[in-house]
Amino acid sequence: MSHDRDALHDRHSPALPSSRGPLSAGVLALLRGEGPPPGAELAAEADPYGDDLQLALYCCYELHYRGFAGVDPALEWDPALLTVRRAMENRFLGALRQDVEVHRDVRSAVKELETEPVEGSGASWFLRDEGELRHLREYAAMRSVYHLKEADPHAWVLPRLWGRAKAAMVSVEFDEFGGGRAERVHAKLFADLMADLGLETAYGVYLEHSPAPALAVVNLMSLLGLHRALRGALVGHFAAVEITSSPGSRRLAEAMRRTGAGPAAEFFYDEHVEADAVHEQVVRHEVIGGLLEEEPYLEDDVVFGMDATVFLEDRLGDHVMACWQAGRPALRSPLPEPVAVSA
Amino acid sequence: MPNDPSERTPAPGTSQRPAEARRVVVPRRGPMLVDGPVEVELEDGTVASSDRFRVALCTCRLSERYPWCDTSHRRRR
Repeated sequence: MSHDRDALHDRHSPALPSSRGPLSAGVLALLRGEGPPPGAELAAEADPYGDDLQLALYCCYELHYRGFAGVDPALEWDPALLTVRRAMENRFLGALRQDVEVHRDVRSAVKELETEPVEGSGASWFLRDEGELRHLREYAAMRSVYHLKEADPHAWVLPRLWGRAKAAMVSVEFDEFGGGRAERVHAKLFADLMADLGLETAYGVYLEHSPAPALAVVNLMSLLGLHRALRGALVGHFAAVEITSSPGSRRLAEAMRRTGAGPAAEFFYDEHVEADAVHEQVVRHEVIGGLLEEEPYLEDDVVFGMDATVFLEDRLGDHVMACWQAGRPALRSPLPEPVAVSA
Repeated sequence: MPNDPSERTPAPGTSQRPAEARRVVVPRRGPMLVDGPVEVELEDGTVASSDRFRVALCTCRLSERYPWCDTSHRRRR
């Protein structure tokens, strides 16, 4: 099979990014077939939220999604790579367990999430009130590492659910994936938004630009999606996203309208206002309710998933706002000028 | 007998609800949940339609996307 290996590599997969430290350099070398995996001790010493660990972990996880151009797809299950991935996961998850303040129960966590501030200070508020097109382009580029995978890692939880929780989770996923219509898959709607903003729409193009806090948000959902032991936290994570999405999307839809970003850009967030108002109800009552009926001992995990999601989203929001308020780009490298898009 | 429970729930052993019965979830607070596709006729005679698997109908009348819920019913702090 090895003589055919090049043919197996997906040429449409994204390119490998540049390394951001010793850990990511080691993982990338292994992915290129150029070296042994980095030692697990590097993971134990790394900043759990920093660029080096987050990029290395992101690259390990990407093998489970679309892979990278020129990288052997069999590395997805390479024991040596999985060993270093596990060390990074332990570092990241250990930090979250220590740093995230958790609510007492699901009810109190939901109650806080659904209470809207009259005036907020996060990125969606800034974008609504005073964001310029350059801010919206940066925001969309760094969010693309998330939205172009939208609902993908949540599908991994399906075999681990049963009864009401499973049926409801599938309904929401069906809606996320366009209700059977390719042109309405939410990840596709986001690609259309990117086109309106003059961004490249190919999967993974902006990984290179994305700062650690944006990667951490994606790594959390991959981590929770891939581990059956963390299924309660995955459900909690999904609930937190759906509960907070609708009001945030409303602000972003207003931002798109005010700046004249384009019809697809408006439509993406308008669709999320409506869709996520439904998903929120279904996830809270049917998915969480159904899961805890079957497995009541998972409540602490559900709460952890919700609170860890908010914790990492807040870190990303703080990063973005600190950069913009200082007049710097929030991305690691500047975006090229808008590309002209045909259709 | 509109309140006969046998008319609201499927008989044991049947795999699905009767085709003509559509269950609507009406919470004390928050939107009314209806299985789609739905058409909603508004006061001015216009019809809003959605083919989503389920829709959340605004009951607080605060929604800017009426008749669909946009979570405007939420408490603010």
